[in-house]
Amino acid sequence: MKAPRVNGHGVGLGRIAIEDASISLGHGDDASEAVAGLDISVAPGEFVCILGPSGCGKSTLLGALAGHVANSGGSLTVDGQAITGPSPDRGIVFQQHTLFPWKKVRENVCFGPKMRGIGKVVRRQLADELLALVGLSGFEEFYPSQLSGGMQQRVEIARVLINQPRVLLMDEPFSALDAQTRSMMHELLLDIWTERPTTLIFVTHDIEEALFLADRVIVMSRRPGRIVEDLRVPFSRPRPADIVTEIEFARLKRRLLLLLRPDQQSTTLHEYQSEHALAPN
Amino acid sequence: MATATGSGGMHVGRLLVQVGSILACIAFWQVASTLRLNLGIVTFRNVPPPTEVLQSLIVLLQSPKLLAHLGSSLGRVFAGYGVAALLGILLGFAIGRSRAASDVLLPPLELLRPIPAVAWIPLSILMFPSSELSMIFITFIGALFPIVLNTIHGVANVDRRLVASARSLGGSRAAILWEIVLPGAAPSIVTGLAIGMGTSWFCLVTAEMISGQFGIGYYTWESYTLQNYADIIVGMLVIGLFGMGSSWLLTTLGHVLMPWRSPMVAR
Ligand SMILES: Nc1ncnc2c1ncn2[C@@H]1O[C@H](COP(=O)(O)OP(=O)(O)O)[C@@H](O)[C@H]1O
Ligand SMILES: [Mg+2]
Repeated sequence: MKAPRVNGHGVGLGRIAIEDASISLGHGDDASEAVAGLDISVAPGEFVCILGPSGCGKSTLLGALAGHVANSGGSLTVDGQAITGPSPDRGIVFQQHTLFPWKKVRENVCFGPKMRGIGKVVRRQLADELLALVGLSGFEEFYPSQLSGGMQQRVEIARVLINQPRVLLMDEPFSALDAQTRSMMHELLLDIWTERPTTLIFVTHDIEEALFLADRVIVMSRRPGRIVEDLRVPFSRPRPADIVTEIEFARLKRRLLLLLRPDQQSTTLHEYQSEHALAPN
Repeated sequence: MATATGSGGMHVGRLLVQVGSILACIAFWQVASTLRLNLGIVTFRNVPPPTEVLQSLIVLLQSPKLLAHLGSSLGRVFAGYGVAALLGILLGFAIGRSRAASDVLLPPLELLRPIPAVAWIPLSILMFPSSELSMIFITFIGALFPIVLNTIHGVANVDRRLVASARSLGGSRAAILWEIVLPGAAPSIVTGLAIGMGTSWFCLVTAEMISGQFGIGYYTWESYTLQNYADIIVGMLVIGLFGMGSSWLLTTLGHVLMPWRSPMVAR
């Protein structure tokens, strides 16, 4: 276990409490619950991966944490404050980048500080620092369309981090990238997270990605999404790339794989363990 | 004109063919008009040959009349089109962004839209104290609808994900309108401005033929009534030239305002 992280705002900010939260999508008769009765609490600075079958409400949950989607029941809070709308305190990165095509890389990254009324000179300096952090020095004057997919996601991360968010939300941010770029991005993300600590909620459907990155892996059931597993990842950091070949890694991977298999969705981990005589770790 | 690029030799070859085609058309015109060719349903008997048109053009270029005609035409377009552009973009933004504005403003606009601007000419002569104002009104009406509709389309189709991101990054409503919606809708707005410019010229020339005192459309029609047949074609050429010039202006404006869309940038 790590000690609570210190971020730009002081000590130990970014505690997320999701209590009995339900989220309905659609209107009127079409409305239906995407997630129901969800309870998750995340410590400041924790790196949590959310795994779940497609359509189980992972993006919906992240949208609610970002403040783009309202919850229909229960409560969602960050550091005790209810989430009522979007805020730069809760940055979000999607699978497909949402960089502004008409702004050059630096101006994209500057957007947050510009909205806060920070002067041009200062905000450009901030942006260049962030771009250096994500390894994109020299690309300040490019348009987003001139960059590769991996670079676009790095700009996206820089643009969110410049606001010193308490919480960083990532919705399958590297799913569209090729395997090599993706593993580069994993290393980069962990470096950045070490240097600029925030609470990180990372949605993925890639089990290896989750185990490699996270302190904790939460598995959701099919729609309406509930939690079927909350697993603490035991590996210490920094984690070498070849950790994926370790026996313990393979064991956890198999466990998660079984939970994600469509026909296993109703089986709880406890049942699975007793069936297979696996010792809980 | 832009042509498809090929290897050097092929490129020159195609250019020769294209120029040759234009020269052939002019040669046919010259021959047909000097021979007073009669093809039954269409006759070249009263069509002046290119050489005569060229002479008339040179005469017009040297006379102060040209500047007076062009000046009044350009003034009318500037006024009518300018107001249409301003009002059209504002209306388009209001309708595209607000349901209330859309409910109030869109129905009357939709009712008026199918009426071609040229059909407004008689009524506008009755409605406005001077023929000058009525002609400006016609150019305004001609440009308004394409600009409004394309702006609405552009504003309504701005990528919602970009708006959501901007909100998450701390953008206020006003900032999002200026930083996201306007540039996001810009390509569509410029398309509307370009179409509007075309219809605006078309309407102006028609209006000038009917109620003008000066103006390039009036000059063309006056040449007909005065039986200066070569001047008719001179007028036509000048009208075409200015149509081309204004659409070039808008294309250039598009490139200047939207550098991120230029081929150098877009992959
Ligand atoms: N705007 C919407 N209206 C109604 N249903 C929606 C809407 N958006 C998504 N859904 C549905 O809600 C469920 C959860 O979607 P989502 O959160 O995107 O799942 P995930 O990200 O886990 O794949 C899906 O079944 C999806 O079809
Ligand atoms: Mg999703």
